[in-house]
Amino acid sequence: MSAGCSLLWTGAEEDDRVFDLHDWEGAEPRWCPGCGDLSVLTAMQRLAVAEQFVPETTVFVSGIGCSSRFPHYMKAYGFHGIHGRALPVATGVKLSRPELTVFVAMGDGDCTSIGAAHWLHMIRYNIDVTALLMDNNIYGLTKKQSSPTTPQGFASNTAPRGSWLPALDPIQATLGVTNASFVAQTAEWVPAHLYATLRAAYHHKGFSFVRILQRCPQYTDSIYKEAVRKPSIVELLVHENGLTVPELDRLYTNQRRHDPRDLDEARRLAEASDVIRLGIFFQDESRPRYDLIRALPQRTVEEKIRLMNEELDRYAV
Amino acid sequence: MVTTIKAEAGVAAAEADTSGAEPVVHRCSEHTVEILSDSGEGAQKCGQAFGTVSAKMGNGAWTVEIIPAEIQPPARTPAGASGNRIRISSAQVTNWGDRTNLVVAFNEQVLLSRHEIGAFADDAVILVENMWATHEDEDIRKAWASAMAQLATAHYRVIEVPMEEQCLTVVENARKGKNMFALGLLAWIYDRDLELVREQIAYTFRKKSAEVYEANIALLDLGVKWASEHLDFRIQVPAAPVGQAMVVMNGNQALALGGIASGMELAAMYPITPATSVSHHLSDVFESYGGVVHQAEDEIAAIGVAIGASYAGKCAFTITSGPGLALKTEFIGLATMIEVPLVIVDVQRGGPSTGLPTKVEQSDLLAAVFGQPGDTPKVVLAPATIEECFHVMITARRIADAFRVPVLVLSDANLATGVQPFPRPEPRPEWFSPPPDQSPVPEGLRPFDWDARTGLSQRFIPGQPGGMHIVTGLHHDENGKLTYDQKMYQHSSAMRSRKLAVLQEMLQPPVVTGDADGGDLLLVGWGSTRGAIEEAVEQARGEGLSVSSTHLSFLSPLQPGLKQIFSKFKKVMTVEINYSDDPTAPYITEENRRRGQLSFLLRASTLVDVDCWTRVLGEPLRPATLVDVIRANVPQGGAR
Repeated sequence: MSAGCSLLWTGAEEDDRVFDLHDWEGAEPRWCPGCGDLSVLTAMQRLAVAEQFVPETTVFVSGIGCSSRFPHYMKAYGFHGIHGRALPVATGVKLSRPELTVFVAMGDGDCTSIGAAHWLHMIRYNIDVTALLMDNNIYGLTKKQSSPTTPQGFASNTAPRGSWLPALDPIQATLGVTNASFVAQTAEWVPAHLYATLRAAYHHKGFSFVRILQRCPQYTDSIYKEAVRKPSIVELLVHENGLTVPELDRLYTNQRRHDPRDLDEARRLAEASDVIRLGIFFQDESRPRYDLIRALPQRTVEEKIRLMNEELDRYAV
Repeated sequence: MVTTIKAEAGVAAAEADTSGAEPVVHRCSEHTVEILSDSGEGAQKCGQAFGTVSAKMGNGAWTVEIIPAEIQPPARTPAGASGNRIRISSAQVTNWGDRTNLVVAFNEQVLLSRHEIGAFADDAVILVENMWATHEDEDIRKAWASAMAQLATAHYRVIEVPMEEQCLTVVENARKGKNMFALGLLAWIYDRDLELVREQIAYTFRKKSAEVYEANIALLDLGVKWASEHLDFRIQVPAAPVGQAMVVMNGNQALALGGIASGMELAAMYPITPATSVSHHLSDVFESYGGVVHQAEDEIAAIGVAIGASYAGKCAFTITSGPGLALKTEFIGLATMIEVPLVIVDVQRGGPSTGLPTKVEQSDLLAAVFGQPGDTPKVVLAPATIEECFHVMITARRIADAFRVPVLVLSDANLATGVQPFPRPEPRPEWFSPPPDQSPVPEGLRPFDWDARTGLSQRFIPGQPGGMHIVTGLHHDENGKLTYDQKMYQHSSAMRSRKLAVLQEMLQPPVVTGDADGGDLLLVGWGSTRGAIEEAVEQARGEGLSVSSTHLSFLSPLQPGLKQIFSKFKKVMTVEINYSDDPTAPYITEENRRRGQLSFLLRASTLVDVDCWTRVLGEPLRPATLVDVIRANVPQGGAR
């Protein structure tokens, strides 16, 4: 197709290519052995094959931190930007090229600390982007500083006598923002749930926010040690309107039927800290989407010149 | 084009009261008018309408807003003066000129504030609302009497006008109507085409009801009638038709329209004075072109969204002023590093910090050129006129795309609110950016395939099959992959830098106005000061002084040939609206003197001893001031 054509070639039509796992293997991951990021990468590559993402129309945007290396390891278009600012970049990509599939990978520092303003506003914009908060409760790349999600009392290099305050709960925060449309929590050590959650997030039309509970093998291995060993302290939120993961039924018997259309109940469940809840807390595809509201028909150069001439005539002397 | 200002400007003071007699008509080659009110009384609308109508009638015109920092500052205070200043001429006007010849003021306090800073010509005519003389509040009556006594010590001709009383005969709230009554006064005094005035009023109130329009027309007519019955003078500034199609707008409107004409389809911004009105003008019309103005949650998000859109294949722009530029710093560095095209508009205001939000300064130059940690080569352009505000956006976008580089456009508060007619642009297809290239990337091409001589490379855009790659702010190689290779750090830095040298080779040396072969003194300017500098140079040359000027539109890279031009003059100095130490001040030495920002750049790049004259008074430069500067700086024995 010639570059002068105004219709974008999306690769979707008359495309008989089939992409396998090999097509999604980017650079060799440099994460530590046992890092939760590896599970997320595996789930995402699996999803890419299952859903037959087209590599050239898929964009991964990230910030800075261990998890923000994510785009390097997917063989798509990737934007490894600056700390905390992945969401504005993703907004620009999606507003300008709505036909692209856009994922955002952020760490807890990226999303809930330095980039918190963008997080809050992205929830409200509800742009069709899937965001992964890869939350290992610590700054890993810069060597063990407390993040907003570090549990109270957990010692770090910047709070050696333990983190001073209760941890910020990203699910509570997200559910509290006007126009939230998809809010889910999953864990890297439950791969089937992780995969099912990413899949649901990908299919959701609007801003999908997925918090992934992760262990940092270097610094926060202990935080979810008990939860990994004892599925009984994990509660799965299941519902035919949300997520069911039948292969987990035998191991994760602690399940709660929760209709993700019920925002009040979602907020109540997020507030209660009795167990670790995994599942879709809230989903509503009817929420207004900024990317659709602002979408406009493209104009040809000839049309623009005609409009510009009319405009200049208004300023004519 | 610079005009020589003849001394005939200005109205002779104190004609005898000639009620009933024909008014005396004063013919002037130019005249400067200002309308002053409390904020919210509409002096701006009056001034803008007067300036636009004058331009449409064929006068050269330049209008400047007088803006208080607050939306509703206290009434009747010197700090609250809001208004508009219009210089009209028989020839083209390139700057705001010197002192004001005729003033319309809605109260004596705003008048006093301008009087105290020497804004008025010695023989200025002042039309002032006189309701305060008989106001029920004794303090106000006293304030009036005291101000009028103070003004009486000057040689103005003061004419009291019962504006409130008159306006109340046609509207209930005179506060909302005096501006159109004042427009009527001016329309009669300057013999403006009333049909054009009415058209302009219709345009100004196009979003309001028919009743609002009718009321404003009634006020206009009332002003015309009162003036014709009470004033004994009129002023004629003959028009000089330019013989080509012209448009009239302010610099921010020109930036907005230029941004559209460049083919960019996304402008991301966060409100900041005095840049915000660019996005107001854009928001009015951009959507019809398929363009989006995205008001982001903050300055950082605004540039991030623009970079995201640019990365995705459609060069975008962000619009800000000094404090916002500071916040965008990290993202600008990223744009340089990942080589995405981007246009950043900085409508400069007074700094540092929050500084002077509504007032002019040129103090973001060094921040623009050097403001990022690490070595961050980028292009910096500065429009000098309102016409250039339009065209610079097209140039900026094309350079950004061709060189894969962020381009900063430095406008300022003087251009932002100044209104000036200029030749109507004729939009051309090549101005508009093409749609993103979506063709497959041939095997073997790399996303940062730097040409070893030029540093230029071809960008791959999402959607292009076979072009998948990562952009990263980390040091990377030609494949875009992280690298730990020391030679690659050096090489990629050289490649990003080389592009500026390649661009410089494509530029022309700046034009010297005056003696291209050299002389005693060369003034060097940049940005909005060009009109004032060239007018002053022409006047000083008329006095026999050997002075020339040159004006730079590229600040990074600098235009070529500067050293050679400078070598032909005995003395070279920049004229800028930013801070420099007075060399005679305590502690200041040749070595520690902090100089004007362009002077700093020029000294570093040419090794010529470039002096500077700078001021930070929060107002545009006046030609008459610069003539004095020239007289004081032409080297001894400099008269031709």
